[in-house]
Amino acid sequence: MSRRLIWIPFAFALGLLALIAWGLYKPADRTVRSALVGQTLPAFDLPPIVPNKPGLATAQFATGKPRLLNVFASWCIPCVAEAPQLLRLKQAGVVIDAVAIRDTPAAIADFLARNGDPYAAIGDDRTSSLQLALGSSGVPETFVIDGRGRIVQQHVGDIREDEVPGLIALVRGLK
Amino acid sequence: MIAEAGLAALWFAAALAALQLLLAALGVWRSAKPALAEASMTEELMRAVRPVAVVQGVLALVAMLLLVQLFVRSDMSVLLVAENSHSAKPLMYKIAGAWGNHEGSMLLWVTILGVAGAAVALLERGLARPTLIATLGAQAAIALGFYAFLLFSSNPFARIDPAPADGNGLNPLLQDPGLAFHPPTLYIGYVGISIAFSFAVGAMITRDVGPAFARAMRPWVLGAWIFLTLGITAGSYWAYYELGWGGWWFWDPVENASLMPWLAATALLHSVTVLATRDGLRAWTLMLAVVAFSMSMIGTFLVRSGILTSVHAFAVDPTRGSFILALLAIYIGGALLLFALRVGTVREGTTFDFVSREGALVANNLLLTVILGVVLIGTLYPIVAAGFGTQLSVGPPFFDKAAGPVALVLIAVMAVGPLLRWRRDSAQAAIARVTIPIAVTGVVLIVVAATTGGIALLPLLGLALAAGLAAASVAPLWKRNLRRTPLFTYGMVIAHLGIAVSLAGMACDTAFTQATLVAARVGEPQRVGPYLVTLDGVKPVIGANWSAIEARLSARRGADGGVFYLRPQSRFFSNPVTVTSESAIATRWDGQLYTVLGEPDAQGRWQMRLWWKPFVTLIWLGGALVALGGALSLIGRLTRGRRERVRGEGYA
Repeated sequence: MSRRLIWIPFAFALGLLALIAWGLYKPADRTVRSALVGQTLPAFDLPPIVPNKPGLATAQFATGKPRLLNVFASWCIPCVAEAPQLLRLKQAGVVIDAVAIRDTPAAIADFLARNGDPYAAIGDDRTSSLQLALGSSGVPETFVIDGRGRIVQQHVGDIREDEVPGLIALVRGLK
Repeated sequence: MIAEAGLAALWFAAALAALQLLLAALGVWRSAKPALAEASMTEELMRAVRPVAVVQGVLALVAMLLLVQLFVRSDMSVLLVAENSHSAKPLMYKIAGAWGNHEGSMLLWVTILGVAGAAVALLERGLARPTLIATLGAQAAIALGFYAFLLFSSNPFARIDPAPADGNGLNPLLQDPGLAFHPPTLYIGYVGISIAFSFAVGAMITRDVGPAFARAMRPWVLGAWIFLTLGITAGSYWAYYELGWGGWWFWDPVENASLMPWLAATALLHSVTVLATRDGLRAWTLMLAVVAFSMSMIGTFLVRSGILTSVHAFAVDPTRGSFILALLAIYIGGALLLFALRVGTVREGTTFDFVSREGALVANNLLLTVILGVVLIGTLYPIVAAGFGTQLSVGPPFFDKAAGPVALVLIAVMAVGPLLRWRRDSAQAAIARVTIPIAVTGVVLIVVAATTGGIALLPLLGLALAAGLAAASVAPLWKRNLRRTPLFTYGMVIAHLGIAVSLAGMACDTAFTQATLVAARVGEPQRVGPYLVTLDGVKPVIGANWSAIEARLSARRGADGGVFYLRPQSRFFSNPVTVTSESAIATRWDGQLYTVLGEPDAQGRWQMRLWWKPFVTLIWLGGALVALGGALSLIGRLTRGRRERVRGEGYA
């Protein structure tokens, strides 16, 4: 056996250890991202869930005005935590549409009464069909949609206070 | 007081491990320098190592027993008990709960390590003394690292103040007789490999690599391998009936983590035999011992660290991860460094022709190593891919395609190998000896392909090769005096036959399983395979620490078969809150009917999954045969070894 070959296992082990160390100190981001970012919204048409607010359909997008599409539910605690940030976004002039996942009209009305109502329209998605079509894996999630109905960004989890200015700037910059 | 006594025992054991390492290092260092005047002092140093090793093992065992005692008493003032046990649990799960968690399983690990070290110190007689002492020193070095890990970052005896009224309970998936059996079995296997590793390190330090070293190491490798085989087989069956997914192998990281040491140990087992009987493959055997140990370390810890996502991952904080990483670096890096420095001085052993028993064993080793490499790459690839920002998981499609064909080639080599002569054989004569197995393979291939009408290629080849291997594996007994055939030959025959049986089971399950997912109304018969299954009704059931919805299914085979009943359950545990599905399985000679109860829907129908799995039981029967073969081999080697020693003493 050649002198150099002898060191191959040792070098291999060092590489393996480096890999493990790297996996340990830089834990992988386990967030599941939608594959639709950069693409046009899938076609959908959801009925309204509360009487005084329209439902949600593909036609409402691609009107030249960028919007946020908020995936939420009355039974979701982080959605409650997110509500004040959505209201601030609304005050800044951002249009927010929503889809209520596996919910009931009474519960949604109660949720809006308690936490404020930042939404222009709310679609009723009893079977999570739009959520699945969007590639969203939980609530809350917020999709930034540009004026041509294209998904620009996916925000997984509740929107925090420090993320609000960035989102406002992003939406204002869009066509 | 029990917890404090346990902690004290652990500290004492750690101190003794340090002493054992020190004495062994001094002794071996001095014995390598014959010029040193006080040879008697070297002698005394080395003589002290054995008793220290024994007491260290005893103390570790005491610590483990005290922890079990804490779990049995449900002493909720101990953090580990409060987090993992509950006073209402059945006694067996209280005991098993002692190792159903990170700290306890680590303690079990060092306990087995300590006891095994004590056994080496007490029993090993065939090895040159400096090599044995170096081995015990290496063993102490390994133990010391794990004692430090336990004491500094995973103390199982830590108290909690104020003590909670009751504990959190044990994960219901683990409340199963399988748990009482599965981890200790695998751990004995892993630790057995660590003994083999210590032997290899000892031999490298004293440059004493030869048949005597191989014979000393072999029973430990064999024993470890038997337990790994049993552990994997039992784990596979546990996953099969407890998870309710109907599968027996998922290529989950933790399954791979137990498979990799098994592959390495299988290769080691065969190469150590070449070294023991023919004095060949010296450097390769040393290398395999290091690899097998590395794989068992990775097996124990990689999945635990949370680096890889797995159902088995215990949440581990980064301190523990770093600790584990440091230990891995010291042991694996150190051993490979030693290997690189010393292997040049290991003389080349006996050489052999390509067509020979040794040649087949080398081929077996290389193929096993290739499979090991495939599994290792597949298991670690998600970490690499995450580095490039891609998230992926590597699953059955990769492993089946990459490892399956190599495994089939390995099966073919396995069939031929035992029929070859040592050192040199003629290819023609060898082919003549395997005519019948080849014929069997061909016939089965044609018959199966013709009668089943096109099953996938891999299971088809699997079935044919399983038949050929079964024929070839009993061939070594052909025309032999069966009463004078040594026990270890029977062991080999049965182990190889077990592989054939298991392979046949895997191929049948892959090719012929029939599954159906139904929403069943009461009284409406459902068809799966040859069975008609009818949901008779559901009723609530109360267990020791759970409640359940139990379905009664009546099943009959064909239209005129006898009716029998299956009772799958959907179990609800309150501590911690979990729902598990208990499958109901009917075992017949030609397969299993596997039923799982799911959720009800709004219209009074129940989801049910039904499988008919022909000959699936062969998988585990084969695994058991493999382990039995290993056990016969081990007994054969040990009794022959003793007989030879006794005879030797008689002549002297």
